[in-house]
Amino acid sequence: MAAGVATWLPFARAAAVGWLPLAKKTMPKPPIDNSSRSDEILYVNVSGVRFQTWKNTLDRYPDTLLGSSEKEFFYNEDTQEYFFDRDHEMFRHILNFYRTGKLHYPRHECIQAFDEELAFYGIVPEIIGDCCMEEYRDRKKENQERLAEDTEANEASDAPLPPHSTLRERLWRAFENPHTSTMALVFYYVTGFFIAVSVIANVVETVPCRPPKGSVKDLPCGEKYQLAFFCMDTACVLIFTFEYLMRLFAAPSRCKFMRSVMSVIDVVAIMPYYIGLVMPENEDVSGAFVTLRVFRVFRIFKFSRHSQGLRILGYTLKSCASELGFLLFSLTMAIIIFATVMFYAEKGTKGSTFTSIPASFWYTIVTMTTLGYGDMVPNTIAGKIFGSICSLSGVLVIALPVPVIVSNFSRIYHQNQRADKMRAQQKVRLARIRMAKKGTTNAFLQYKEDRVDRDGDSTALCVKNRSAFEHQHHHLLHCLEKTTNHEFTDEMTYSELCMTESVGFRTSRSTSLSSQQGAHNHSSTGCCPRRARRRTAMRLANSTVSVSRGSVQELDTLHHKGGAPPQTRSSLNAQMCDLKLNCGDPDFSAAIISIPTPPANTPDENLPPSPAVVPGILRNSRATVFTHDTVKISSL
Amino acid sequence: MAGCTSRCKQGVIKLIQSLQRLVSGTLTKDKIDDELEMTMVCHRPEGLDQLEAQTNFTKPELQILYRGFKNECPSGVVNEETFKHIYAQFFPHGDASMYAHYLFNAFDTTKNGSIKFRDFVMGLSTLLRGTLREKLEWTFHLYDINRDGYINREEMTEIVRAIYDMMGKYTYPALKGDVPQQHVDAFFQKMDKNKDGVVTLDEFIIACQEDETMMRSMQLFENVM
Repeated sequence: MAAGVATWLPFARAAAVGWLPLAKKTMPKPPIDNSSRSDEILYVNVSGVRFQTWKNTLDRYPDTLLGSSEKEFFYNEDTQEYFFDRDHEMFRHILNFYRTGKLHYPRHECIQAFDEELAFYGIVPEIIGDCCMEEYRDRKKENQERLAEDTEANEASDAPLPPHSTLRERLWRAFENPHTSTMALVFYYVTGFFIAVSVIANVVETVPCRPPKGSVKDLPCGEKYQLAFFCMDTACVLIFTFEYLMRLFAAPSRCKFMRSVMSVIDVVAIMPYYIGLVMPENEDVSGAFVTLRVFRVFRIFKFSRHSQGLRILGYTLKSCASELGFLLFSLTMAIIIFATVMFYAEKGTKGSTFTSIPASFWYTIVTMTTLGYGDMVPNTIAGKIFGSICSLSGVLVIALPVPVIVSNFSRIYHQNQRADKMRAQQKVRLARIRMAKKGTTNAFLQYKEDRVDRDGDSTALCVKNRSAFEHQHHHLLHCLEKTTNHEFTDEMTYSELCMTESVGFRTSRSTSLSSQQGAHNHSSTGCCPRRARRRTAMRLANSTVSVSRGSVQELDTLHHKGGAPPQTRSSLNAQMCDLKLNCGDPDFSAAIISIPTPPANTPDENLPPSPAVVPGILRNSRATVFTHDTVKISSL
Repeated sequence: MAGCTSRCKQGVIKLIQSLQRLVSGTLTKDKIDDELEMTMVCHRPEGLDQLEAQTNFTKPELQILYRGFKNECPSGVVNEETFKHIYAQFFPHGDASMYAHYLFNAFDTTKNGSIKFRDFVMGLSTLLRGTLREKLEWTFHLYDINRDGYINREEMTEIVRAIYDMMGKYTYPALKGDVPQQHVDAFFQKMDKNKDGVVTLDEFIIACQEDETMMRSMQLFENVM
């Protein structure tokens, strides 16, 4: 029940005294109303602006924040007021809702901000008064459309392909977005060129050419150079067929593709040719054959894939379907009425061209659209009067739906422009967003780096410009590292490691374990290096285990006999990455799990300091402590 | 015959008017808008002190009442439509419009089709803070639709029917037969002492005072405000 009605309730209850003489039974006991009748003023402080209102006003809507006991959470004992850290201008509207029972939507406010405020105060937007509801709904719909466009633009297929896309997916992307690859662009322009060629050929073949020798009549070029045109047509159709089949193959959903408008246009464009091939050359069906050739003109619609303007026009017409339908219907009505009238007005005259009502349709249409060919003209006075009325009304009827169509077109066109602009700015935006995201991850990696460099020194230097939040955040990330026994690294080094890991078998500078096997690994196929690596890994693992429990850092720089490059941490990380990718070798895990345990018996101080080291840095310091490590191993 | 000619004349006048409008355009619409504005009058009640003197409410109570009243009706008056609408919200099961109509008339002591705050508060004062006799008088005036000082069967039947209408269709036990009529008969049995078919004010008051049930129920309504 509306809050206002609550005001009348005591009145209605009092008026119930009027039923008492009629009552057959005693009245039930009334509920005990303990609330004090005196009203008190509440103070609500919203970002410094103090609002005051009666308590009863707020109690009107008990299922909102201010009307329920939820507001006690915001009560400030010291200042004896309710404090909300929100926008005070929006709060005005919220409070007015309590006072008047109607929620208004301020037109100058952002719709999302308003929605958030409503959500905070526990008010459903459906109760916005009728005066503002339309505006609210329009703005909300506009905003949602814009968000949908944004997400669409975000997922724009200009984004890089997922690494493991099949041929089909790549092909489809090439077709849908020709700008992604050069091949696609070339194909796009070639098809465009052939569409143009095909359309021009269709047009030119009807132009009269000079007649061949011995004949007087002009011949259309199509018949004079029949073979040439046939060859051109064949070539075009072949290209179109090829394109259609490729698209069909690449389409993610073939049924949906076959039902789409563009595919229908494609089919209609190439069917006449095949039907013409199949059909025999006799006279009966040649009429139908000629009709089929008309369909070749539909090839021009294939341009809509290439032209955005055409697509916009088509979309506008689709969205204005109801206006166009209305135009058509009203025109039909008017045509029938006027044709009938003109026919009967001109019926008597001799030699009148208005032979029947359908014949008068032509006159009516020509007059209403103000064409006025003059092939049919009324002769009687009545006919002339009605004819003039007809032309005047024609102007009106046609002019009415046109602004609607125009405004629709304008809206869609602007939408498209905005989408295009956004797509153009998308790259910049994404780059900026990525940089911002990197900032936070980089902060943590930087922090680790600082810890490495300054370990042993006073930690005061580490505490440079880090807020309490950052400290706690970094601590949390550190805890996660300890939990999972893996470390955070940045994208570049990770991809580098993966790359080197995969090509590592072949290059001498490789950092994979298999390189130590020497030259004979280089010639082996892809599988062998892995097996070889496993063997060496086992050896490594054993040596690892047998080496001190705590010789963490030695693993980083294990150096095997021979000139093989050192086994750096980065390579082990590569193995980690390899693990993640394919082989889950238990030996590897043995090797790796032992990594983070702190060094128990490393006598040396020039070991690479802490486990929290960015592999990228280690790559530079590859040539560190392997001498003593060699010593260690040989000591086993 | 006379009706025909007058209707014809009216038709002709309307036609001439519409032709006139066709020629002069639609600027004549403004006159109607002026009339509308005249009806948005604002009524103000008498001073707080006077109302306090005339009713049995204290100043704070009057303040609270007026704030609620003014919030609902910024123009200061309640008309019958609003009244019926409010009552319909209290009794959604049935049709409260007839009873609201009679109640409206009972409150509208000045008989001008609208309840001002003064009427509202006076009525409430009688019902909540009045003496027993005042309450019974008020009830009598509610039942006496035509204000002739007597309640006859027809008036009573109308009131009772209006009350039963508020119950709606779905009641338990179901309304079978002419329950309102029986109710009226029972009422008249009790109230009409001299069996003359009408109930006067004195008969009414005496009969009510003899009714124990009613006296007990009266006291329950003391604490509504």
